[in-house]
Amino acid sequence: MSRVRDRADARDWLVMAAACAIVGVLLIAPLVLVFVQAFADGWRPALEALREPETLSAIRLTLFVAVIVVAVNSVFGTIAAWLLARFDFRFKAALLTLIELPVSISPVIGGLVWLLLFGAQGWFGPWCERHGIGLMFAWPGIVLATLFVTFPYVVRTALPLLEAQGPAQEEAAVLLGAGWWSLWARVILPGMRLALLSGVLLTTARALGEFGAVAVVSGHIPGLTNTMPLEIETLYNGYRSTAAFALSATLALMALAVIALRTLIRRAGSVRA
Amino acid sequence: MSKENIVFRSLPITPHRPLLPGFAPALGTTLLWTGLLVALPLSALALRPWEHGPGAMLHVLTGDRVRAALALSFGAAALAATIALGLGLVLAWALARGPRSGPLAAVRRGLDLLIDLPFALPTAVSGIALATLYGPRGWFGAPLHELGIDIAYTRAGIEVALVFVSLPFAVRAVEPVLAALPAAREEAAESLGATHLQVLARIVLPALRPALLAAYALAFARALGEYGSVIFIAGNMPGRSEIAPLLIVIRLQEFDEASAAAIGLLMLLGAALCLAALSAARRALR
Repeated sequence: MSRVRDRADARDWLVMAAACAIVGVLLIAPLVLVFVQAFADGWRPALEALREPETLSAIRLTLFVAVIVVAVNSVFGTIAAWLLARFDFRFKAALLTLIELPVSISPVIGGLVWLLLFGAQGWFGPWCERHGIGLMFAWPGIVLATLFVTFPYVVRTALPLLEAQGPAQEEAAVLLGAGWWSLWARVILPGMRLALLSGVLLTTARALGEFGAVAVVSGHIPGLTNTMPLEIETLYNGYRSTAAFALSATLALMALAVIALRTLIRRAGSVRA
Repeated sequence: MSKENIVFRSLPITPHRPLLPGFAPALGTTLLWTGLLVALPLSALALRPWEHGPGAMLHVLTGDRVRAALALSFGAAALAATIALGLGLVLAWALARGPRSGPLAAVRRGLDLLIDLPFALPTAVSGIALATLYGPRGWFGAPLHELGIDIAYTRAGIEVALVFVSLPFAVRAVEPVLAALPAAREEAAESLGATHLQVLARIVLPALRPALLAAYALAFARALGEYGSVIFIAGNMPGRSEIAPLLIVIRLQEFDEASAAAIGLLMLLGAALCLAALSAARRALR
């Protein structure tokens, strides 16, 4: 462990002052600006901007996409994390790399890959067109792009916990006669619930705010395929600053609340452990 | 499952595999999920640039506009990761070595909460906030403009946005390693008369080398792919301030999927190199 000293010396003050300056200028100033700009003309214009039909539609679409994405990636991510923690098999390292890959690459690529599959010149694009299936420039494309960019979060948070817990409890349950269902419902899921919740919240925050991947596949139709981040872009580029920042403040509050909840849960978890 | 079966299967002391049920269905679901959502889309990215032959792909990648965008993206990401590493080291030091009691301890806990802000803030929000903040009439942009320094709509603006988004990655990669460094060697060096700077340069930084490499790789990968927080502040002049992810978006708007795929593939290779550096750094940390 590092040294634990009771009294701060001059070097501590210097380092803390530098750290506060960096965080204040680089990180806090932009956040404060969002809220100042949103209410630059008072409360009423900001609230009215949020009640416009295009804005309400964007909020609904963002929440709808987030619910589907969180449900799909949480269920499959939990199973994948358990598989990777409990079993050894060939190509396990390759599978883990594949699962980790989507967060390391550009979000724009997270949208591009779906156009390469289902776009007009894509592998399955012509087939989809003939059968009247419109995935791109509609909500299914937005869901697919968001699924891709939020793919590894549940696995990443659940896997270290499952590895640390070890298989003893699950093996005991099986020896005592637990079937597959009661093993999952009464041993595995209760044991990992805090890590699972933490991963779910991380997925939610990222799904709410995803911009690059969604920008590629959405088609930018206000009132129809614009999510909240895309509507922010539309408003900002249309010189509707107050409305853009009012929606930004709303989206930032949603994402920050989710992340704050996750921090609280992690604190509670580390206190218990 | 019959009782005899359980007894028989519990006999060999191989702790993990044979005992727990459900390996095959779990593997099947995971492969299906990963295959449909990651492997299939990425294989399209890997194969589609070649559909008009390698010559056509080379032609795309050597075009002036594409070359400029790729050079800008890789160069700006390298510089941003360097700056983020420097600033991140100060922040990691404040978090890992900062006072645990007294008035500064509260400051340290506050910093700990705020570091992850760029990670939590949606990129479109940070994009328009940074563009306004550093714009010609912004809180920081206006006084700097008086001094003849323009940040928004120049390369400096791109760097500001990239440092903003990559900073938490640099801090969080260094902080736990710095906190876990044994104090004995530093104290020995100090007691032998080394100055603070000598201790930092000869003892601390060499011990941190794998963590710094990991921090750089993470920050670089994030900066290389960043789109939302950059495009509002970048100016987006073709050949000058147009980043590669934006060029992908533009090519797609022109329905030129093959060109977009070629640029995307090159960026994927850049990210893969970062991942390789990262896993090398993690092996060195163990």
